[in-house]
Amino acid sequence: MTDAAGASSAADPSSAATATRPSLHADVVVARGETRIAAAFDVAPGHPLAVIGPNGAGKSSVLAAIAGLVPLESGRVAIGARSVDRMPPERRRIGVLFQDYVLFPHLTVRDNVAFAARMRGSRAAARAAAEPWLDRYGLLALADRFPAQLSGGQAQRVALARALAAEPDVLLLDEPMSALDVEVRADMRAELATHVREFGGATVLVTHSPADAAALADSVLVLERGRVTQRGTLEELRASPATPYVERMLAASGE
Amino acid sequence: MAAPVSDRPGIGRGPRRARGAQRGSSVAGRLAWPVAVVAGIALAVLVLPLAALVVRAPWGDLTELLARESVLQALVLSFTTATVATACCLVLGVPLAALLARAADWPTLPRRALRAAVTVPLVLPPVVGGIALLMLLGRRGPIGQLLEESFGVTVPFTTGAVVIAQVFVSLPFLTFAVEGALRSADRRTELAAATLGASRWQVFRHVTLPLVAPGVAAGAVLCFTRALGEFGATITFAGSLPGVTRTLPIASYLAMQSDPDEAIALALLLLAVSVIVLLGLRDRWLPEVRA
Amino acid sequence: MTGRFAGSAAVAALAALVLAGCASAGAGGTTPSAVPTEADTEPTTLTVFAAASLTEAFDEVAEQFEAEHPSVEVTLSYGGSAALAQQVVEGAPVDVFASAAEPPMQTVVDAGLASDPGVFATNTLELVVPAGNPAGVTGLDDLADAGLRIALCDASVPCGAASVKLLEQEGLVAAPDTLESDVKAVLTKVSLGEVDAALVYRTDVIAAGDEVEGIEVPGAASVVNRYPIAALTEAGDPDAAAEFVAFVTGDAGRAVLAEAGFGKP
Repeated sequence: MTDAAGASSAADPSSAATATRPSLHADVVVARGETRIAAAFDVAPGHPLAVIGPNGAGKSSVLAAIAGLVPLESGRVAIGARSVDRMPPERRRIGVLFQDYVLFPHLTVRDNVAFAARMRGSRAAARAAAEPWLDRYGLLALADRFPAQLSGGQAQRVALARALAAEPDVLLLDEPMSALDVEVRADMRAELATHVREFGGATVLVTHSPADAAALADSVLVLERGRVTQRGTLEELRASPATPYVERMLAASGE
Repeated sequence: MAAPVSDRPGIGRGPRRARGAQRGSSVAGRLAWPVAVVAGIALAVLVLPLAALVVRAPWGDLTELLARESVLQALVLSFTTATVATACCLVLGVPLAALLARAADWPTLPRRALRAAVTVPLVLPPVVGGIALLMLLGRRGPIGQLLEESFGVTVPFTTGAVVIAQVFVSLPFLTFAVEGALRSADRRTELAAATLGASRWQVFRHVTLPLVAPGVAAGAVLCFTRALGEFGATITFAGSLPGVTRTLPIASYLAMQSDPDEAIALALLLLAVSVIVLLGLRDRWLPEVRA
Repeated sequence: MTGRFAGSAAVAALAALVLAGCASAGAGGTTPSAVPTEADTEPTTLTVFAAASLTEAFDEVAEQFEAEHPSVEVTLSYGGSAALAQQVVEGAPVDVFASAAEPPMQTVVDAGLASDPGVFATNTLELVVPAGNPAGVTGLDDLADAGLRIALCDASVPCGAASVKLLEQEGLVAAPDTLESDVKAVLTKVSLGEVDAALVYRTDVIAAGDEVEGIEVPGAASVVNRYPIAALTEAGDPDAAAEFVAFVTGDAGRAVLAEAGFGKP
């Protein structure tokens, strides 16, 4: 992997020791309308956690709270030894893959991926730093296109590359597969799993699909109506489902 | 799986659509006939007077009329002041628009008051605006006195006064155009930028501003043409002196009394400038503004 | 289906109503009334266009005229004489026109809309300053002082034409800061204190009372504006128009004008 000027050694994550990555500690209470959502968990680097639950359970709110995009009613978010819950999102070093990617429509693919670096330096340096990411994600051919010209799968790649090029400590994925057509999901899921593994940092993904959880995460947290109802590996959940929802969800997926 | 089946364009809910997609289907063919008739009459109301102006214009003498010093002075003055006024509106109006957009989260009374304050120059008769400016910045006005005593600066009867009058009447145009663009922009792009390390100012500069650029351009065009046509506030507040404060509209009003041919020539000039500005800019910078 | 048809019919009817309304509102009322204008019938409206400098005097004249002719209602419209003349030529429904100088009246005569105008008053210019004379103006030469704020009428209006003549006569080049399109606009700038001095008619100085101070100009007596008045040929009620003109030129009118400061014709 060529190390372009400006890219740190973390650009070659397969050699990065996950031991040097911090873990995420989240203990959050988020208000959403009249209700409250409470969840507490720890995520170790290299062991992604899937937060799974029915629509409206509050999964995305938890993610938004961790990222600092919505205020915490109470609780704590820490990355390693750093307590981040009082910091604005731009200082937390938490990368987010939004549900429909939210790429910058006025920037090319290259400038999207280079965005985080651009915030820290010149345009030229940022673009140079983005090169290896474009390469690794197979985006070089698309580098000068605009988001409106991309397919769903391509957009997801750009969004992921953009988030990871910022070299965050933690990665949050909000329903990463839901914006894709069903036919491409299996392939994209596998690709996403590879990149997440390469990233190696603490990762939380929100999904309502057990297939996603199986492919992308080590363990699962079940959130129902704002409360955690079960936590464990998928096998553990299958063995003894704590609630009817868990039972139905696992049965329906059959994956 | 050869060809990518999911090659549908467009992700996110940002304001840009793929070019060519989503053009409004031609409705004219399906219009109920009374509506079409009335619409035609409305169009006539707008177009016929201008057509009459063009038809009755003294085409033969036009070159001589337009070369007169009084005309050229007014033209240069109008253009200069309208340009400066537009620049001022841009500097003042974009942040004001940002405030207005954020005010959507405010409680009702402050939000409405803010909106009303910005709307007032739009609904106020321009002469009233001129009187108000005179009351504030005139010799006996609070700020006018302050300026005269502290800096020896008097505002009325200067070209600066013309610019101020123009800014007063056209600022709302720009502000509302930009506010509209800001509101329709996807807020989450700003959040995404924040997660990538952008500070508030960086978000504004790198994300918000570029996304509202088309709206800003539209607002600037409106602002410019409104400033160019401003009459009531200018003549009341700034006065009327050739080369200093006698803009094209004022010059044509005066000419109407003594030399109608000159007035028509000036009117044609204003019309031509407005049409050129509106048509020319729209194509280049505002491809997505629906005509 | 009936609902839809009724809807379009309603729209068409509404459109027709609106158009009819617009048309009649714009047409104005110059159709000569076949009904005699005696006291037992509806009042007629007499539209009078008068130079701005005649404002206070003609308000008074109109009141007295209406008292003597209860069936007539006088509507007055004041403005720069040249602007008014243009409006008459362009077809404004006017019955009587009184101008502050002869050229604007000539314009109307040339258009065939007035015949036989008569001069009913004269006016001369006076230097005017805000109450208290803050800039210490002493005479006409101060108008050449670029450091002072001066307002003058534009040369295209009678007051302005007279100002130009007066200044030429005295050999002065004025340094105005604004050239207004009617004399009342100039006067307002003085009474607001926005300018230090201006040239207006002496009748305006009298009319403005305490808000301004006048300074007589020795040479002004030789620059005289002659005010003609005429009943227009397309007047809605030619008799009433002629009566108004007669009133203005008669003793009652002359008394009012003299009190306002106008000179004899």
